[in-house]
Amino acid sequence: MSRLYEAMFIVRPDVVEEEVDKLIAGFTASVTNGGGVVKNVEKMGRRKLAYIVRKFNDGNYVLMTIEAGGAVVAELERRLRVSEPVIKFITVRIDEEEKRLAKIKAIRATRKKLSAEPAASAAPAPVPAPPAAAAPPATAAPVEAVQASA
Amino acid sequence: MADETTTNRAPEGGSAAPTPGPGGSGGPGGGQGGERRPGGRPGGGPGGRGKFFRRKKVCKFCTEKIDAIPYRDVRLLQQFVAERGKIVPRRLTGVCTTHQRRLTRAIKQARNIALLPFATHH
Repeated sequence: MSRLYEAMFIVRPDVVEEEVDKLIAGFTASVTNGGGVVKNVEKMGRRKLAYIVRKFNDGNYVLMTIEAGGAVVAELERRLRVSEPVIKFITVRIDEEEKRLAKIKAIRATRKKLSAEPAASAAPAPVPAPPAAAAPPATAAPVEAVQASA
Repeated sequence: MADETTTNRAPEGGSAAPTPGPGGSGGPGGGQGGERRPGGRPGGGPGGRGKFFRRKKVCKFCTEKIDAIPYRDVRLLQQFVAERGKIVPRRLTGVCTTHQRRLTRAIKQARNIALLPFATHH
């Protein structure tokens, strides 16, 4: 029951750095209180906005990666909506995407291993040992065929 | 793959007028473009447009094996957005359907978070 979400929000440009930090701390607290895990917080700094938002031309972008249930994220969104310095936010669910990517990587890894048997160690697979490495060959085969014919 | 027939989703404004862009992309299986080419498939030659043969455009994402198209990657997305901020149709960029769908989703997400404009007018 751990979904992976990515929340990006924009803070008004006229708040000081420490205010931004306080805000972020508040949000992370609300996530952890709800039983979620904040994986990553990245302050992307000040950027020019593509259009005027609440009369501002630029803003402080912050990116948070969260692993939590849906209710926690709903609560976070509510806070983001309510908090005054935050002018825009978006939350995206990314666990399905990650699963798909991991699957593709796994397939590529197995394919490389099969085709590069003699030079297996030299295969530049930038793939960490995927958990789904034991992907059922049944699904790997047709996907391989599809990929090969692509 | 390499399916660059006239799109069935882009609302080219059902204009009876010649479809915008070099129409004769000459792809096989004009099944989806059938509604706009009542005169049968162009079959590789200039359909009704009279332009020269359009070289086969390949999907950039398929060749470079880019799996995920994140909305944060503005530079990548901007290549598929026109000057006025509109999303460029698949016909012109050569992107394949799945990637065009993901791309569209990412562009719309980016627009929502003010990384890309909805429309720019001079």
